[in-house]
Amino acid sequence: MSERVLEIDGVSKQYRLGMIGGGTLHDDLNSWFARIRGKEDPNTKIGKEHIAFNQKFWALKDVSFNVDRGDAVALLGRNGAGKSTMLKLISRITAPTEGEIRIRGRVASLLEIGTGFHPELSGRDNIYLNGAILGMNRAETTRKMKEIVEFSEIEQFIDTPVKRYSSGMYVKLAFAVAAHLDPDVMICDEVLAVGDLAFQQKCLSKMSEIARSGRAVLYVSHNMRTVTQLCNRGIFLDAGKLTYDGTVERAMELYGGSSARSVQRNLDEVPRTKDRGDTMRMLSIQFHNTQALEYTMDSTMEFTLTCVAHIAEPRLRIRLILQNSIATPIAMTQTEPFEVAADETFTRRIKFPLKGIAPGEYVIKMSLISGTPRGRSTYYDTIVDVSRFVITDDPAINSGFIWSERLWGNERLEPLEMEQG
Amino acid sequence: MQDSRKKSDWDTVIRPRKGWFDIDFKGLVRYRDLIWLMVKRNFTVLYKQTILGPAWVVIQPLLTTLVFTVVFGNLAGLPTDGVPKFLFYMAGNIMWQYFSQCLTRTAETFTKNSRLFGKVYFPRLVMPFSTVLTQMINFAVQYALFIVMVVIYANKPGSGVAPNWQLILLTPLMLVQLGILGLGFGIIISALTTKYRDLAMLVSFGVHLWMYGTPVTYSTSMIADKYPQLLGVYMLNPITPIIELFRAAYLGVPRYSYGYNLQSVIVTVLVFLVGVVLFSRTEKTFMDTV
Repeated sequence: MSERVLEIDGVSKQYRLGMIGGGTLHDDLNSWFARIRGKEDPNTKIGKEHIAFNQKFWALKDVSFNVDRGDAVALLGRNGAGKSTMLKLISRITAPTEGEIRIRGRVASLLEIGTGFHPELSGRDNIYLNGAILGMNRAETTRKMKEIVEFSEIEQFIDTPVKRYSSGMYVKLAFAVAAHLDPDVMICDEVLAVGDLAFQQKCLSKMSEIARSGRAVLYVSHNMRTVTQLCNRGIFLDAGKLTYDGTVERAMELYGGSSARSVQRNLDEVPRTKDRGDTMRMLSIQFHNTQALEYTMDSTMEFTLTCVAHIAEPRLRIRLILQNSIATPIAMTQTEPFEVAADETFTRRIKFPLKGIAPGEYVIKMSLISGTPRGRSTYYDTIVDVSRFVITDDPAINSGFIWSERLWGNERLEPLEMEQG
Repeated sequence: MQDSRKKSDWDTVIRPRKGWFDIDFKGLVRYRDLIWLMVKRNFTVLYKQTILGPAWVVIQPLLTTLVFTVVFGNLAGLPTDGVPKFLFYMAGNIMWQYFSQCLTRTAETFTKNSRLFGKVYFPRLVMPFSTVLTQMINFAVQYALFIVMVVIYANKPGSGVAPNWQLILLTPLMLVQLGILGLGFGIIISALTTKYRDLAMLVSFGVHLWMYGTPVTYSTSMIADKYPQLLGVYMLNPITPIIELFRAAYLGVPRYSYGYNLQSVIVTVLVFLVGVVLFSRTEKTFMDTV
């Protein structure tokens, strides 16, 4: 058993709603005076009545887990699940309300890249300053200076004030400092969102290297590709509670919600934005001839969609937008228009040819829309994550090459035609 | 099996905020490099893109002293204990500037650094300490100028300037005390401003008013002459005995009882302790309220 570097022991964090300081002494005295007279607080914001005064909110509730050397843990969860709070507690930015966190060795937290950088100072001065903020002493920084500068790829600008840097250069320098801190636990929160792809890749391999060399990495990201690449363990947080601790794959499935590759799904209960789904609503979807929504290249996906219409619409279309695993739209396709009557429940069986889509993981976004090609479209209903599916790679189809999504994108074009010139 | 290792084996244990005296002095020593880098940063940044650069350190007190000399010395004709007006005001002025700068700058600790504090941990006391060190260096420059002036005047016959060498040896102690006093008041305010922003407003003019309660533009002997019964109250202001001692050391004005200095030291220690306790309490959870 490898050595334990981090123990989270029954940690809870509570925030108070409504009681957070009014901002001025005058307001607070006002509130206090109103309270002792049993009157309504004059400083309560209108429209916030439902937040009872002094109401408690648990951002984290009784979370426990351990991290050993060599672990690369992905902390997954939807927005507001408590991931960031957890990282803040571990990096000592705020104190827990209950429980205890025990750390062996040094923690380097990259909650935001380049914290403590001063725009007027040169890159080199900032390396010293940032290193010291992260807990390195001067001698240590001097020893690692060459390595840091090399890693950052900005040798020629190292004596320029960082205010003249591009945001990419900024990130590169900041990550370089943190990565060379030799932390026992490294904490990363979505910091790789900036910087070019090649550098992202470099950072990821640096972090894997940190994990492999017997230290621990705690990683938070919504980018599932980087998560799979880096992490060997997944923790899923839901509404402040730890609901799963185990493999990355399972944690990612939990994170993806019920949309994560289920052959059948009730769409009626999926939350919509704004007024979508009021006049027309997708009710359920059923995929055919598949167990895990894994398709080979150039095959065809088949599903049945059931919807209800509360109004009549002569020109309704089902529109399907294909997104890659980080929710970037890739392509769009839609059905021919068809007519629906008011209060009709209709079911359509749809074939989606997957020709030309590169191997990888995708998310289907689906809408019910109406509209003529040149007129305005009306969106009746939209679900952003109807389902995930995977297209498996088959090098035989692609002249023996293994598809690299990062370098080649998500679309596979027809082979080039060539003749003797 | 590592589980058999003792609990004390952990390097860091993070617990809910409990005690009042949960202060991380060890961390402060470990981060001493950061204190110096912050001092260096403060300097570099202060004079980037200025024409006169570090000259401001001496221009500012010289001009203020000149104004004091003209307004209070010549126009109002306040007595200056028999020493040259310019020197008298300069002594009070550089000491007061040092103190007030320490106070106002450390008072901004949490509000100015909230972004940084929200993203990375280091002992928060690093910031106020580096601020005071920065001010100490600023003071050193002004002090050098002051010494030059003292030497010039002391060699002029009949100027009345008579440095007291034994008292001059106490200068470092006076500086440390004044710095700690400024830091103490500053961090108390910084801790309170995380909750009440209007205190920041109070600081700027409060310090200004405080100056008139301190013998900067006049001498304590005037108080002693006009309101002898109030001298005890007047001396409760912990800055007063320090400035008077400073003047006694370099200019040779009459010295007041050391009892007042002792009293001032006690106040300093108390203010510092209260400040550190409040500050350490605030640093753990201020991110939840800012």
